[in-house]
Amino acid sequence: MLTRSSLTRRLVLKGAGSVALIGLGFGTTPVFAAANDKYPEEAFKQKSDADAIKALYGKSAEASDKVKLDAPEIAENGAVVPIAVTTTLSDVTSISFFASENPNALAASYVIPAGTLPAVANRLKMAKTCNITAIVESGGKLYSATKEVKVTVGGCGG
Amino acid sequence: MASSIRVRATANGDLTDVQALIQHPMDSGFVKDAQGQLIPPHFIQQLTFEHNGKTVFLADWGPAVSKDPYVKFSFKGGAKGDDLKISWVDNKGATDTTTAKIG
Amino acid sequence: MRARSVLTSAAAALAFATLASLAASAIAATDAPDPAADAKAFKKFFTDKFPKVKVEDFVNGPYSMNEDMHKQWEEKEQFPPYEFALEAGKEMFSKPFKNGKTYADCFANGGIGIRQNYPYFDEKEGKVVTLELALNRCREANGEQPYSYVKDEMASLTAYMAFTSRGKPMDIKIPSDPRALAAYENGKRYFYTRRGQLNFSCATCHVQSPGERIRAEILAPAYGILNAMPIYRSEWNGMGTISRRFITCNSQTRAVPLEPQSDEYRDVEYFLSYVANGLPISGPGARP
Repeated sequence: MLTRSSLTRRLVLKGAGSVALIGLGFGTTPVFAAANDKYPEEAFKQKSDADAIKALYGKSAEASDKVKLDAPEIAENGAVVPIAVTTTLSDVTSISFFASENPNALAASYVIPAGTLPAVANRLKMAKTCNITAIVESGGKLYSATKEVKVTVGGCGG
Repeated sequence: MASSIRVRATANGDLTDVQALIQHPMDSGFVKDAQGQLIPPHFIQQLTFEHNGKTVFLADWGPAVSKDPYVKFSFKGGAKGDDLKISWVDNKGATDTTTAKIG
Repeated sequence: MRARSVLTSAAAALAFATLASLAASAIAATDAPDPAADAKAFKKFFTDKFPKVKVEDFVNGPYSMNEDMHKQWEEKEQFPPYEFALEAGKEMFSKPFKNGKTYADCFANGGIGIRQNYPYFDEKEGKVVTLELALNRCREANGEQPYSYVKDEMASLTAYMAFTSRGKPMDIKIPSDPRALAAYENGKRYFYTRRGQLNFSCATCHVQSPGERIRAEILAPAYGILNAMPIYRSEWNGMGTISRRFITCNSQTRAVPLEPQSDEYRDVEYFLSYVANGLPISGPGARP
């Protein structure tokens, strides 16, 4: 059966250009109109937070205390920094993480389909002390929370 | 089981809590080896979780995700005994997939 | 807890000299070795110094010393990075040698749930035998090449064996044999002796300064420091054995590292394990 994700994988492997997956709608809700399943290659190539957010979402975020970012004060090691986000915002379609001083700010981005909780925990690399920003896309708008995480041993092999 | 994917999926009321740990170097391309040569980038780009044919979670990863990557999330609608299918594809085009039972 | 760079001033150097004598008194200097009294004093030193730490938590090293670190460790333990080494170790342990025998044939109880008894003093040989040494001897006795003491295979095997002993209290015996007592004392002496360009002893960091920072790292208390071995270190991006850790500790303090399983290392492992008797085995572990 041609599922959304197997289609995506084939497209990624074939290096296909931008494909609007919205119209395929296998009975899923329009929630996918905001986020699509294509690997955001360009966003991962951007250096700064602002450029990466723009490339990923095409808009900018406003800070919100409804986005709760959980990250350590001082990372025990920059190679493995446990970072998590939860939010009380509704209608969340995407969550992503940025590290402002990494060579490329975008670390990870998650598609949150309807029925999946708007909460993600992951482990990221940080090159050095910088701001970690979590972005939550809710109702088509972006909300963010930022926290400085100190790094004493860089996560990139230093 | 020679899969690189380890998963724990637990039914918790009407939620299914999922944790996955995947064996993968997640080389960033910024690190040099003992001879001073850059180790080429080698990292998972997309990780997909499917339940009943529907994608319940999709991760787009860059090389800043830690080695042997870990992720945790929860979704509604799963039940004990259901299958959860997990697959990934990396920047070299390699893939792996596994199916776990929700416990 | 104040962050203090251990390497800065001369004042610190003076403080060391003072503290060194205080640390030495953590173990009563007696003419006749009394390991039981030593262990009691060792435990008391740490429980007095850290009254808020639950005694079984000492085995978590730096994580028991700092709240921010403890949270990061808890998160990692949900799905630990040593998971793959542990699985590999289990497979390796059950795979027969070329001659058809297995590791189980070399150990009491088939090698399951016995890690807490290592190291032990072998009265026939007259020396301390560690688990890593016993595993390689088992291999050689069955026609196999020994593993490197500092690489992944030994780490995976000891990870599995430690795992089967999780929760069991460290249970090291010192027979009333003057050679065993001498080995114990030798290990204790190694632990407290300053060496290398930085003139540190193991005690300088792990008895005088647990919970403090040396440059960026939070120091672990010596009490129970081997209970979590082998460890997955984020710094190594991989697993490491007790042998590996002793060698890197020596290098990092600019002292000449010894060969793995040299007498001093075996004896210091004997000493450190004995004074941790009663603390639960928590290995394999994860560390920064």
